Amino acid sequence: MSFYEQQRILLPVKAGFMVLTFVLALLFNLLPWRDVTGLPDMVALVLTFWCVYQPRRIGIGIAWFVGLVMDAGNGALLGQHAFSYAFLAFAAISLHRRILWFSVWRQAAHVLVLLLSSQLLMLAVRLVAGGAFPGLSYFAGSFIAAALWPAASFLLLLPQRRPGSVDENRPI
Amino acid sequence: MDYQPPPFFSRGPAPLVRLGFFVCLAVLLMVLDARFRYAESLRQVVALLVYPLQRAALAPVELFNASAGFFTTQVSLKQENEQLKAKQLLAANQLLTVEALRAENAQLRRLLEARERLPRHSTLAEILYQGRDPFSRKVIIDKGRQQGIQLGQAVIDDIGVVGQVTRVFPLLSEVTLITDKEQRTPVQVLRNGLRAVIYGGGDKGTLDLSYTAANADVLADDVLVTSGIDGTYPAGLPVAKVSRIERDAAYSFAKITCIPTAGTDQNRQVLVLSREADLPAAPIETESVAGKLPKQKRARKRE
Repeated sequence: MSFYEQQRILLPVKAGFMVLTFVLALLFNLLPWRDVTGLPDMVALVLTFWCVYQPRRIGIGIAWFVGLVMDAGNGALLGQHAFSYAFLAFAAISLHRRILWFSVWRQAAHVLVLLLSSQLLMLAVRLVAGGAFPGLSYFAGSFIAAALWPAASFLLLLPQRRPGSVDENRPI
Repeated sequence: MDYQPPPFFSRGPAPLVRLGFFVCLAVLLMVLDARFRYAESLRQVVALLVYPLQRAALAPVELFNASAGFFTTQVSLKQENEQLKAKQLLAANQLLTVEALRAENAQLRRLLEARERLPRHSTLAEILYQGRDPFSRKVIIDKGRQQGIQLGQAVIDDIGVVGQVTRVFPLLSEVTLITDKEQRTPVQVLRNGLRAVIYGGGDKGTLDLSYTAANADVLADDVLVTSGIDGTYPAGLPVAKVSRIERDAAYSFAKITCIPTAGTDQNRQVLVLSREADLPAAPIETESVAGKLPKQKRARKRE
């Protein structure tokens, strides 16, 4: 069921809700995952979602800042997430009209390509800066995050689905 | 006449322009951070913003640990108690010899009019979590600048060197493990006193004794201890044990792989050692920074 098949008019998104989703995604990423590798990058997923659905509200600048916060929280090279998220936001915004024509699982395939390329960028940056290759399990995170796309797009659209006032006679 | 679109159609600069701007900014930051360490103050500010989030993310884990500790059975506590008693008995014996040796050592040093090495001040810290950056091997400990932690301090556990403090935040600090690819530790072979520098092996959790001549006197199972010549680590702390040596005639250096002595991935409690209080001043020639050295050489040539 694609965005255009379902023919539903969504309520305007609330800025507070967008901020809340970013904070929750950051919280997930900052959980002390001791030695677990191949974690889905929730911030990247949420960022991709808002860039696809609200390209006029969430842009490259916000993506860059969120990346900076991730870098400081992670103790990573300052700017590596900012760099990769800015690219991710640009790619998602330029593809947003195309992506929404597909069914949810085909959207997930598009998202997988976006997330993988942003991870590849980050890997390239770190290898240039002298980091060690973290192993192929590093890329598993993108696959998991892309698999979570249908669930994420359902949950994140939920507050916009509910009508403001219930009216039986209203056509939509 | 201007042909600007009406204001309700304007969307600011094109996405490609914005991307270019922010990518340049990110690259600038990365270069400043990786090469010059100029971006530390910006990192501190952003880290302060993230700090509440980090504490909130730690809360469920702390709760789990606390409740798990509550339900520890009496049997396991009793067993642990007996084990500790046995261990203490063993240690007491060694402690006596150590006391005797220390007294003897102090006397000898006084005889030699050597400077008495002061016992270092140390801070007990707990490892909060592994660094989340998958490209490096770092841990975050729960003591920061407010507890007197300083940049470059050595971190040890009960059996050996764990790493070095590489970043200090107000309440936390980041320790780079000796197994990190960018970390070097000056060591000495315990058997014959051969000095070398040990490099972290990255993801494998091992260490490499690089740039050691192929005919160097290093054997398998040799114990490597800190040499103490850098003034960061006290001399004689166990660092690693040689596990494999490959000598290839094609290379002038031997490939020596070592296993760290300390539980770099296991322990939760570590000790942060303060830096050596008063090292004698370095000789004047070596006092100048590396960048100045060529200048001096040139000056000498002119003379």
